Amino acid sequence: MPLLQIAEPGQSPQPHQRRLAVGIDLGTTNSLVAAVRSGLAEPLADSAGQVILPSAVRYRDGRVDVGQAARDAASSDPFNTVISVKRLMGRGLADIKQLGEQLPYRFVEGESHMPFIETVQGAKSPVEVSADILRSLRQRAEGVLGGELVGAVITVPAYFDDAQRQATKDAARLAGLSVLRLLNEPTAAAVAYGLDQRAEGVVAIYDLGGGTFDISILRLTAGVFEVLATGGDSALGGDDFDHAIAGWIVEQAGLSADLDPGTQRRLLEAACAAKEALSQADDVPLSHGDWKGRLSRSHFDSLIEPLLARSLKACRRAVRDAGVEFEDIGAVVMVGGSTRVPRVREAVGELFGRPPMTDIDPDQVVAIGAAIQADTLAGNRRGGEELLLLDVNPLSLGLETMGGLMEKVIPRNTTIPVARAQDFTTYKDGQTAMMIHVLQGERELVRDCRSLARFELRGIPPMVAGAAKIRVTFQVDADGLLGVSARELGSGVEASIQVKPSYGLTDGEIARMLQDSFRHAGDDKAARALRELQVDAQRLLESVEAALEVDGARLLSREERAAIDEHMQALRALLDGDDGSAIERQTKRLTQVTDAFAARRMDASVKAALAGRRLNELEE
Amino acid sequence: MAISMTEAAARHVQRSLDGRGKGEGIRLGVRTTGCSGLAYVLEFVDEVTTEDEVFESHGVKVIIDPKSLAYLDGTELDFVREGLNEGFKFNNPNVRGECGCGESFNV
Repeated sequence: MPLLQIAEPGQSPQPHQRRLAVGIDLGTTNSLVAAVRSGLAEPLADSAGQVILPSAVRYRDGRVDVGQAARDAASSDPFNTVISVKRLMGRGLADIKQLGEQLPYRFVEGESHMPFIETVQGAKSPVEVSADILRSLRQRAEGVLGGELVGAVITVPAYFDDAQRQATKDAARLAGLSVLRLLNEPTAAAVAYGLDQRAEGVVAIYDLGGGTFDISILRLTAGVFEVLATGGDSALGGDDFDHAIAGWIVEQAGLSADLDPGTQRRLLEAACAAKEALSQADDVPLSHGDWKGRLSRSHFDSLIEPLLARSLKACRRAVRDAGVEFEDIGAVVMVGGSTRVPRVREAVGELFGRPPMTDIDPDQVVAIGAAIQADTLAGNRRGGEELLLLDVNPLSLGLETMGGLMEKVIPRNTTIPVARAQDFTTYKDGQTAMMIHVLQGERELVRDCRSLARFELRGIPPMVAGAAKIRVTFQVDADGLLGVSARELGSGVEASIQVKPSYGLTDGEIARMLQDSFRHAGDDKAARALRELQVDAQRLLESVEAALEVDGARLLSREERAAIDEHMQALRALLDGDDGSAIERQTKRLTQVTDAFAARRMDASVKAALAGRRLNELEE
Repeated sequence: MAISMTEAAARHVQRSLDGRGKGEGIRLGVRTTGCSGLAYVLEFVDEVTTEDEVFESHGVKVIIDPKSLAYLDGTELDFVREGLNEGFKFNNPNVRGECGCGESFNV
C-alpha cells in the first residue's frame, strides 16, 4: 500500500486524489526541489542524500549527465558541459554576445534567433538544457513522494522579462511538468519565512547567489505581496568571490594571467573550496602546483570588500526607489549560498540596522517557499488562500517628443497593471498626423533609450500648432504587455498598438541602461536643456519666417527687415552647435527685434477683423 | 482495545508537530470511501473531542474516534522508507482485502 503523510485536520485527501505538488528553485548555479509533507516543507534528497542539484548538464554519447557528475566534468569536457544555462534563457544570440562573458560554448544560431549550443548530441537550446535539469528534479520528486506530480511552482528572478518567463515555462513543459505558477524568487523566500502571515510590512530580500545579486523590496498589505523595487547586479555573485581568490593565487604564485580553461577551472574550484571553508575557519591552506600559501578570513574579507560595496550600493538604491526608509523595513531575508560568508551577513546587518534572517538554509529558502505555494495551489491547504503578487515594470516607458527627447509616461518600478495618460499637442500649424514613438529606458535622449514601437495617428483636423489635444494612454496589463493608444480629443480619431515592452531586453541590458542613466544624469540634464533651447529657437525661426512671407513686405521697412534677417542668420548658425547659452541669448535678441513687427501684425489683423463690422456684431 | 506506534513513527510525528508549531497529537481513523470501502485518515489534531479515545505511544498522543477504533483495534502505525519514498504505514490486523492500489481496504 502507498505510504501516507499526515494531513491538516479535516483535510485528509480522498484515495487516489492526493495531489502531489512541488516547488522548484531553478537556479543559475544550483537547483532544488521541495515539497510539503506531513505539514513540513522540506527539500527532497536524491538517493545519495543530496538535496542540491548542480545546474550542470553534460551531453555524452547516448546519455545525459545532470548534476554533480556533469559539474565535475566541466573542466575536462567544457564544450559538452553546460553550466549557468539560466543566463541564456529567453535570450537571442546577439544578446548573449553582448553579455560579454567568456562562455566556452560553440554557439550556433537556430531559427527564431535562439542560440543553440553545439554538443556531441547535436545542437541544444537553453530551454532543452533547463528541461534536462527539471526532468531530473521531477524524477527525484516522483520517487520520493511516491506518485505522479500534479504540478510545480517554479521560481524566477523578479526582473525576468516575458521572454525569459516563457522560456522557463517551455522548459517545464518539455520536462513533463505542469506549471502551477511562476513565482518570483524574493516572494518565495518571504513565504518560506512565513512573512506572508504577518499583517503587513515592508521586507527586503538580499539574494547573493553564485552569479547574480538581487535585492528586492516587497510590501505586504492584506495578503498581497507587492514588489516595490528590484535592483541588483547581474554580474555579481559568489563566483566573483572565487575569482577574487583565484586572482590572489595567480598573483601570489606569480602565474601568468593567461591560463588555459582547464587550469582556470581548477583554480576556481580551489578558490571556491577555500571560500566555503572560511565561513567556519579563520584561515585555510591553499596550493596550486608548486605554490603553497594560506588565506586568512580577514584578508578574504578585504578581497571581497569592493564586491560587497557594490551590493550595498544597489541595496541603498532599491530602498530609495521603493520610496521607503531603512527604518520602515521590518525584516531582511538572506538568500543564496554566498550569504553564508560571515562578512556579508555583518555588512547587511549594519546597513539595514537589524540582524538579517538566516534560520532557513539560504540555499533552500526559495525552494521551500515555492513548495508552500505549490501545496496551496494544489488545494492541499485549508482555505486554499492564494497569494497575490503585484509586479513592477523594470524600466520607464515613454515616448519621443520634439527634439529627440524621451518623455516618460510610466516611470520605472510602477506596479502593474497600470494605465497612465498624458496629453500632447501638435508642433506645426495644420499638422494632420503625429508619429508616436514608444520608448523604454531611463535616459533623456531618444537615441540612448530602446525603441519599442512606432505608430502614426492620422486624420487630426488641421489646426494651429498647439491647439490639438492628443491624449496618449499607456496601459500595461498583469502579464507585462504594453498597449499604447493615441486619441485626438476634439475629433475623436484614434490609433493604437500592442507591444511587448520587455521582449528581448536582457537583464544585463536593463542593468546597463540603469547604470548609464545614473552615470550620465548630469550630461543628460545638460543635453535635454540644449535640445529644448534648440527646439524653441527652431520654432521661433519658423514662425518669423512664416510671418515675413505674409506681412514682411507690407509692414517692415528695409532696415527693419535687414536687422531681422541678420539675427535669424545668426541664430541659424548657432542652431547646430552645442552652446546652449549662446542659442538662448540669440533667441532672445531675435524675439526683441521682431517685437515691433509682431505688434504691428497684431494691430493689422485686429483692424482687418473689425473692418466693416457693426458694433452689435462684435458684442455677441 | 489499543492502538500503537513504532518508535520511528512517534519520532516523525513529534518532528512534524514541532515543525507545525501546534497540535495535540495525531488522529488515526477510517472513513467510508474509495474502491474497497474504507480509507485511512491520518491528521494533526488541534482539538480533542469528548468521545475521542486517547492513547499514548513513545510520548506522542494517538487520538481516535470510537467508530474508527472498531476497525483499527490492534493497529500499529509505522514509519517506513521504501526506496526514496518515506511515509506512514498502517499495520492493521483486521484487514481482509485491499484494492489493487492499496489506498482503500475492507474488513
